[in-house]
Parts: sequence; C-alpha cells; structure tokens
Amino acid sequence: MAQQSLEQRREQAIVTDFAGFWQSRHRQDQVLKAVVYLLLVVGAIGVMLPFFWMISTSLKRPGTEFTFPIEWIPVPPRFGNYQTAWTILPFNLWLFNTVRITGLSILGHIVSCAIVGFGFARIRFPGRDAIFLLVLATMMLPYPSVIVPLFILFKELGWIDTILPLVVPTFFATSAFYIFLLRQFFMTLPLELDDAARVDGCSTFGIFYRICVPLIKPALGIILVFSFMHHWNDFLGPLIFLSDLDKYTLALGLRFFQGQHRVEWTLLMAASLIILSPCIILFFIAQKNYIQGIVITGVKG
Amino acid sequence: MLGKSRLYWKIVFEGYAFISLWIIGFVVFTAGALFGSFSISLTKWNIVGTPEFIGLGNYQKMFEDEFFWKSLQVTILFLFNVPLNLALGLFLAMLLNQKIRMIGFFRTLFYLPSVTAGVAVSLLWMWIFNPRFGVINVLLKNIGISGPAWLGSETWALPALIIMSVWGVGGGMLIYLGALQGIPTAFYEAATLDGANALQKFRRITVPMITPVLLLNLIMGVIGSFQVFTQAFVMTKGGPNYATLFYVLYLYQNAFQWFNMGYASALAWVLFLVILAFTFLILRTSSSWVYYEGG
Repeated sequence: MAQQSLEQRREQAIVTDFAGFWQSRHRQDQVLKAVVYLLLVVGAIGVMLPFFWMISTSLKRPGTEFTFPIEWIPVPPRFGNYQTAWTILPFNLWLFNTVRITGLSILGHIVSCAIVGFGFARIRFPGRDAIFLLVLATMMLPYPSVIVPLFILFKELGWIDTILPLVVPTFFATSAFYIFLLRQFFMTLPLELDDAARVDGCSTFGIFYRICVPLIKPALGIILVFSFMHHWNDFLGPLIFLSDLDKYTLALGLRFFQGQHRVEWTLLMAASLIILSPCIILFFIAQKNYIQGIVITGVKG
Repeated sequence: MLGKSRLYWKIVFEGYAFISLWIIGFVVFTAGALFGSFSISLTKWNIVGTPEFIGLGNYQKMFEDEFFWKSLQVTILFLFNVPLNLALGLFLAMLLNQKIRMIGFFRTLFYLPSVTAGVAVSLLWMWIFNPRFGVINVLLKNIGISGPAWLGSETWALPALIIMSVWGVGGGMLIYLGALQGIPTAFYEAATLDGANALQKFRRITVPMITPVLLLNLIMGVIGSFQVFTQAFVMTKGGPNYATLFYVLYLYQNAFQWFNMGYASALAWVLFLVILAFTFLILRTSSSWVYYEGG
C-alpha cells in the first residue's frame, strides 16, 4: 500500500511538474524561441542552398558536375575556373561597357530625380499635387509597353548599338520611384532652412544645391544602390538596343556564353558568380542605407 | 493677372523649372511613347516598309490568336506567386521581428537573394532545376523521390519559376518588417491586459496595422508579375510546348524576332490596360480591407 501511494505521489509530482513547466511564462518563451530558431535555421539553409550550389559548382573540375555521388565540397577547389570563364570570352570589355552604362545611368537618376524631387517637395506651385499624382501613376506603366515606339525613336535617331538609349532617358527623371523617395526625404527638412537662406540672399537653386542636397546624402546613397542593382542586372533594355558583340553588357555576354557553352556549368556558374558579386558586396557595404530605403517605401507608401 | 504678385509668378516659374526635366521625360518617353504605341498598333508594319493602316485589325487578330490567350493564361497562372510571397513574407517578417540573438544575421541572410537578379540568377536556377544533376532532384533522390523534369516538363515548368520567385521573398519581407516595427507596443500591452491571446492579437492588431503595406506589396507583386521576361527568355524560351510563354516574352518575339511591330504594339497596349485594370480593381476593393490610422 505504502509503495503504491509513493508511486502515485511520484506520478502526481510529474504531472504537476509538467503543468508547472507549461504554466511558467519563462518556459513558454523558451520553447517559442526554440521553435523560431528552428524555423529560421531551416529557412536560412533553404535560402543559402542556391548560393552554396553555385559556389560549389564553380569550383569543380569541368565535367565533374555530371558525376554521382555529388561532390558537395570539391577537392581540390579549382579557383582557376574563374580565370578560364572570364577570359574565354571578352568579359573585360563587357565589364567596361556595363560600368559605363551603369555609372552614367546612376548619375542621370541622381541628378534629375533630385532636382525634380526638390521641386515637388519644397516649391508650392499651382498644379503641383495633381502633377505629382501623375508621376506616381507612371509607376503602373510597364516598360515593355513602350519598347516598340522607343526602339523606333532611337532607331530614327541612329542610337541603336550605342549606350544612348539606355543612358539618356535616366537624365529625364524617368524613375517615378526615385522621385518619390527623394521627395519624401526633402520634405523631412525644416522649411525654416529655406527661409533663413533666402533672407541671406540665396537663390532657390542655391538652396537646393548648397543646403538641401548635402542634407539628404543618405537618400542619394539609397538611389545609388538601387539604380546600380537595376542597371547592372538589366537585360531587356540592352537586349533590344545593343546587337554588336563589342557593345554587349555583362548580362548579354553571359547569355551569349550560355549559348556557346551550354553544358559547361562549372564555367557558367563561375562567370555568373563574378557578375553577381558586385551586387552582393555593395549590399553588404551599403546595407544600412539600403534597408532604410526599403523600409521607407513601406512606411510612407 | 493683376492680382497676382511678382513673387507668385516667380514661384510658378521656379516650380515648373525644377520639374521640367520630368515633364520633358514624361512627354517623350511616357505619354509620347504610349501615343506612338497606339498609332503603331493600328498598322501592319514590319519596320522596313511603310506602315499600312488596318484600323483595329491587330486587336481583332488577338481575339483569334491562341498564343495570345495562352500567354495571358500563363501570366495569370504565374500570379499565384503573389499571394504565396505575401503570406510567406509576412510569416518570415514576424519570425524576424522577435527579440532573439543573431536576428540581424538572419535578416541579412533572408534578404540576400533579393539583391541578385537577371541572367546570372536565371542560369543558376536552370542548373538547380537540372533534372539529373540539379541540387533539387539530387536531394529528392536521397529521400527516395524521383523529381520531375522541372523546366523540361510542361506541368512543372511554371511551378518551377514560381519556386524561383519565392527565393526573392526577402524583398517583401523587409517592407513588412518595417511596418511591424512601426506598430506601437502599447497596443499589444493593452490587449494582453484585456486577456487577448496570441491569435487574437495577430488578427486584431498586427493584420490591420500592416494592411497598407500588404496593399503596396500586392500591387507591386501584380505589376511585377505581368512583366516577367528574363527568366522565360533565358531559361525556357517559353517552352516546353508554350507552358511558360509569358506575355512580355510573346510581345518581345512579335516585335524583335518576327518584326510584327503593329501587332506587338497592340499587345503592349492591352498589357498596359490589363495592369491598369488589375491595379484599379485592387485599389477599389482596398478601402474595405486596408486600415489607415486616423483616416
């Protein structure tokens, strides 16, 4: 009898312990945290797998990507693949072309969208709000909807196979999103700044250039990063407007590479990785600005 | 005009001077181009000869063109990626909104795919989806499943591209995260005092507070999905058997492979109208489910 009651008591104790375990707020938090970590780790592995696969393939001896069992970490790693992939086609020339187009486009976006954004943010002219709505509405216009007339326009101008069709439009504030972003930043600056400068005899353009622009440098950084990512990876524009191999961008060159060396995944992955790396590096450098830019899109959109 | 001061006219002049770059750009590259597109869409034109006016003939032709309907169908089926990314993005954002260690590291990790794009990423996913040696089917084989041919399969090519789009879920996630962090913690504290459980808090506080961002992600997702081109062009060329004939790919083929400039322009206009209709529809219904604080 005594023994049984001891056992019962023990069972009872375990049950209460278990209940206590759950009732404790602390324990619940711990379990929740463990679940969150588990989900995050599983998700992170899934997200990183493509990158890992890319790097792993790019370091294999050409041909060995088609063998079983899969060699996850190639021994020895073939770093020479990167050089082979890069020199097998004129990637250096394409790099130069891409840098030129990307650099000029970034400049165009920053200069034009800053001027226009300032106008919308800090000058109260009649019709401003209606026009700004029109700016926002152009975000809905898909670029593919206008490629035919643009192609014909640039063909008439003799601009095909030059960088002009890709660069010139950026100098006319063609990105509604950047205008919007810069306008939001200009609006956060106190209006007293303008008044004080005006009293001191500063012109409106002076207020823009000398006072406001230096204060929104972080925003210009955001535009720089965004438009870099866009133009660096752009494919449709260069595909339509550039046809000469010497004029190709990296994206077009990589596509050409694929056509030439269809089955050499080791080299294709090596070249792809080199081309993606500036975006990844830039993201890590500018991470703070970048994330801020996106968050603002959400908060103010 | 007399009542208006010189200062008024100065402001008008300066205002329009500052936005003049945009006005020129709009007139030439947006409004002008749209008008040009419409004019060309009324003609039959192979770019070398002279355009031949055929009225609404191109639009009529679209109705009978099975590839037009196929491309519209493919693109609309692909829209399925939007709710998928919306839900997954929100879920991830909520996980990443916890106060736990290494959270910054995880946020960066999940966001990383969103900074990559274009041909390089398309090639990467072609290799991932390789039926025999791609990582997905190799892993599936390890657990005893023989995976489909993915991009080579009429059934699986489109789902494969949707899976690929989910890889970029970090972009939407980050926007949610910003919104989640903007919700005052007092709301949750008050709800806890009133005895609300986690699910109630999610439904009554979190969801309403992030609906404006949900709307933004929804609209951007729909507009973006209608413009898919690079993946289709590089990875599948619209195949197999037109299973991934995206609308913009078909437009591109008409314009720059077959030089049907008139027909391509008609397709372009319909694309514009379809996107406009979808956006308008979403905005119209949004007033019933989007919650604006103080409005």
